Amino acid sequence: MHVTPGQPLMVCEHCDAVYRRRILARREVAHCTRCGAILERHQWLSLDKQFALIVAAGIVFIIANVEPIVQVSLGSSNATTTLWGAAIAMWNDQSQVVAVLAALTLFFFPLTQILTFGWLLAFARRGERAPGFRQAMVMVHYVRPWSMIEVFMLGTLVAVVKASSYFKVVPGAGIWSFGVLTLLITVFASHDPRQLWHKTVGSNE
Amino acid sequence: MTGVVTARERGLVGCHVCGLVSRAKHVPPGAMCPRCHAPLHRRKTNSLTRTWALLIAAALLYLPANLLPIMRTVSLGNVDDNTILSGVIELWRNDSWDLAIIVFVASIVVPMMKFLVLGTLLVSVQRKSRWALKQRARFYRLVELVGYWSMLDVFVVALLSALVHFQVLSRVEPKPGVIYFGLVVVLTMLASMSFDPRLIWDRKETDD
Repeated sequence: MHVTPGQPLMVCEHCDAVYRRRILARREVAHCTRCGAILERHQWLSLDKQFALIVAAGIVFIIANVEPIVQVSLGSSNATTTLWGAAIAMWNDQSQVVAVLAALTLFFFPLTQILTFGWLLAFARRGERAPGFRQAMVMVHYVRPWSMIEVFMLGTLVAVVKASSYFKVVPGAGIWSFGVLTLLITVFASHDPRQLWHKTVGSNE
Repeated sequence: MTGVVTARERGLVGCHVCGLVSRAKHVPPGAMCPRCHAPLHRRKTNSLTRTWALLIAAALLYLPANLLPIMRTVSLGNVDDNTILSGVIELWRNDSWDLAIIVFVASIVVPMMKFLVLGTLLVSVQRKSRWALKQRARFYRLVELVGYWSMLDVFVVALLSALVHFQVLSRVEPKPGVIYFGLVVVLTMLASMSFDPRLIWDRKETDD
């Protein structure tokens, strides 16, 4: 088994068609002519900018987890919750499966993504491969579909509306942080991590 | 097909994880991508069997997920159990028709669509059908894209249960329906990941 020499090829993951890679211009997206799937997008942010995004996401992630998401009041009593508050409430109410799902998809997986990308990009900016590059690239690939911050963002909005028909609801800093985080993640996710294989040189290839 | 060469015909194989294209006449079980060391295969292993199994498991859990209440609201001794559907209706009645539509799509349309699309794909691939290739490929990508949004209601219940805890005055508790619903979302996501869309395009050579 050998790497094909000289000619950079790519294979459509959705239908197995073979293409020759070519450099994409700004805003260009390469589609498979047979099945229409996206083969590759132009990577419009440099590695430095992507690194900046991921550092920002890391900071906002901390705020999102520490600050209360919303506050509800009924008469003189108030209640707030954080993401962890929600997971713990489910654990204590016979819904441990949901607690674990929420903790994984909203905390552990996004955290893994942010830390791993931060690590990879910190080295890739200088054209280097971080220690553990190969393992990190594989991990990022598998974890990606299970990170659900965007869904949670929408969920908080639905919860606020539902609660507001019975209580006074005041949005906390947490909800804004989740909004910003959704935005940062969406911009970041338009970049294919596989670019890092081309933009770095390492000993393992 | 017209001018399209597949990796299989060329004796090539693309890595799912890093995208590297390797030359390989045969891809034995246990083959590794030379670059990222992820398992290498021409088609996902046992794709049809795995997808069927996960999809059927999800369909079975889908019944309790919709029939059992997902959330209980207690206020001053009044107990009100909500299912997925009644939650949508309540939003609609409270004049939040926009959110009602979003929740309806995420919790009811998306899971139904996943069952329909994946079921159709499995049957048509097994019959080696040449029907609506491009459309079927597009529907698969749609399912992949929107699949995880069904988790919406699960997060809503978690948030409300954590927030509304005013002793006897007002309380929200999760009910078993929400567990089944969460599992349905995970199982359907796994099912769509196990399905190999390249099978849609494969013709006679689907044996390996």
